[in-house]
Amino acid sequence: MSDYAIRATDVSKVFVNHVERATSFKERVIRRRALTHDFYALRDISLEIERGSTVGLIGANGAGKSTLLKVLAGILRPSEGTLETRGRIASLLELGAGFNGELTGRENVYLNASLLGMSRRETDRVFDSIVDFAELEEFIDNPVKHYSSGMYVRLGFAVAVHVDPDVLLVDEVLAVGDEHFARKCLDKIAEFQDDGRTILFVSHGLDLVERICSRGVVLDHGRVVFDGDPYFATGELRKILGTDVPVEIEDEETDEGISLGPITFADASGRSESVFHAGDPMTIRVQAIIGSKWRNAIERVRAVVMGVGDVPIWEMIAKKPDLPSDKSDWMLTFTVPSCPPIGGRFILGVTLMTAGDRPIAAIRSRHALEVKADPAGGILRVEYHVSSESNISAPPITAAATTYGEHAPAASRVGR
Amino acid sequence: MCSARTDESDSSDAGEGMDVAATASADERARAQGRVRWELLLGLIRKDLKIKYQGSALGFVWSLVNPLVLLAVYTFVFQIVLRAGIPKFGFFLLSALLPWTFLSGSVTFATDAVVGNAGLVRKVPFPLSVLPMTAVGFNLTHFGLQMLVLLTVMLVTGFTSFLGVQILLAIPAIAVAIILTVGLSYLVGALNVRYRDTKHLVEIVLMAGFWACPIVYSVSQISDKGPFVRWPWLVDAYYLNPMAGVSVSMQRALYGAGHTYGSPPTPVLPDPGYLFYVEKLALGAIPSLLILALGLYVYNRMSADFAEEL
Repeated sequence: MSDYAIRATDVSKVFVNHVERATSFKERVIRRRALTHDFYALRDISLEIERGSTVGLIGANGAGKSTLLKVLAGILRPSEGTLETRGRIASLLELGAGFNGELTGRENVYLNASLLGMSRRETDRVFDSIVDFAELEEFIDNPVKHYSSGMYVRLGFAVAVHVDPDVLLVDEVLAVGDEHFARKCLDKIAEFQDDGRTILFVSHGLDLVERICSRGVVLDHGRVVFDGDPYFATGELRKILGTDVPVEIEDEETDEGISLGPITFADASGRSESVFHAGDPMTIRVQAIIGSKWRNAIERVRAVVMGVGDVPIWEMIAKKPDLPSDKSDWMLTFTVPSCPPIGGRFILGVTLMTAGDRPIAAIRSRHALEVKADPAGGILRVEYHVSSESNISAPPITAAATTYGEHAPAASRVGR
Repeated sequence: MCSARTDESDSSDAGEGMDVAATASADERARAQGRVRWELLLGLIRKDLKIKYQGSALGFVWSLVNPLVLLAVYTFVFQIVLRAGIPKFGFFLLSALLPWTFLSGSVTFATDAVVGNAGLVRKVPFPLSVLPMTAVGFNLTHFGLQMLVLLTVMLVTGFTSFLGVQILLAIPAIAVAIILTVGLSYLVGALNVRYRDTKHLVEIVLMAGFWACPIVYSVSQISDKGPFVRWPWLVDAYYLNPMAGVSVSMQRALYGAGHTYGSPPTPVLPDPGYLFYVEKLALGAIPSLLILALGLYVYNRMSADFAEEL
């Protein structure tokens, strides 16, 4: 048996529509039978979250993410199926959930920690650290009803991460704090990951899921529709949301629009492949069907390999002479003779443009492309030199050093 | 009390190949999370006390106002208007009124214990069975303080008949009152989540209950009257109300059996000994325990769906 932190087996959650149900003894007596119709918020969810993994739970609004988190936290009872959890669970389902506005920050910290299973002594030990993390030294003895929403989140997050949880459940709260605090939270999450703790979080920030999760689970209408690599998970969700093809054009009148895709990656022998090593040849194929209305209208096809957060890594352009402009079904092939030494996971975005670089159709690859290079720490290998001095009164930099433009730090070692 | 929400059967393999240092105790810690702990209960009671008395300069004194007003009103009505004639009526009244206020206060408070904490119940996983206990604990604190005040006043005014063995009778009496109160608190706390008119029902039942107990009148004033004489079993039925036994026992413990009223002088309390009261308490303990079992059963059954119902 594997080492799980949470295991859900065929978990379903049915909400009974309450509108028709008796809400008082009086009604209960008057109407003995109540009409009900069931709504499956979750259906046959089977998930095993391994200890130490960081799982991103993503899905459209109403897909059942928060319900699942509540079921896992033990707040809602599964209607069907079984749920097993191991260890102390801390959940942050809403900003400052469990805080009482009348009490001071200090009192709320103790109460909240107590609700989460901490003893007073344990709380004493981490109290200063909580206040320090939340940066609320000045206000800790003020009633929290006077706190700003940012202060609320900070205190809530600080308590949740200090109760020494084995499993941390977080529901889209990281988005609230300012960047400084968001970074602090991410650092804390990284620390949790290093400690081998389990984190499950709901987020609409797909970049974040790609960046920090080891696994992505996509929910749609209460079902798990994808479970695996976070890159593929976000791609899957974008497909559900319809944002993977942002400007695809369908011409309703003539039914002669443009449809793009699929995008495939292949190695030298033409075999479909998603992992490449630096220096490998790589072939990228994009299929397109062009309606008659758009024939000869397409001037350029732009293909961009993008990293986390859609940062463009490199661009490839096919100009009109290279395109079979007067045909309807295209197969564009970009051949990269030698994969660049940039390690990481990337996706490909392809955009069709008419005259004046107006985009008329675009698509993102549904699968990630992984390039294995061997830079030690970083995605890129950069040439650099190191020099050092012992006489500090001398002008700081004399030897040649690689610099990043004019705001380079005045240190003798730049770059890595 | 609360059914554990975590899997405990797997604790045996918690030792193999874990890389988290704290893992060995993970299951233990999970259990601590699902259990009602004293600290949590005390923390919640402290919260309620603090919120209740926040911003009031007199603080706790307010909780003495209620029984004092009742004392004034009933003394006026029964001593002066109706001339009921029970000597030292104030002490007689308070002996049984304080445990009654403990019960009625707890049950009223407990009706709202779950619904009033909807924010917690829906967002934070914690042992829900702590909530009605908080209502009881909150009122028990008041009860204790009010008793202290009452005993102090008795001592200061030279009414020292409670000093002696008889005060021990208060222990089983309060125990029965607590058992009943806890049972009722769980029951109404759970029912109010689904049936929001529970609180009206509670109000009515409490009002009827108040007059069904010998608090403002003495048992001896009714036991020689019509129906009780005609059907002697009614007396036993009367004591099936646990608070009836609690009331007379508290009167025996604090007010004492030496007082008489009217002419020819009739003892205020039904019996000068102790066995009578212990018997009545034992009789009342039966329905109290049944209600406690029912309350816990209903609460545990319904609590799994509280978050959904709120």
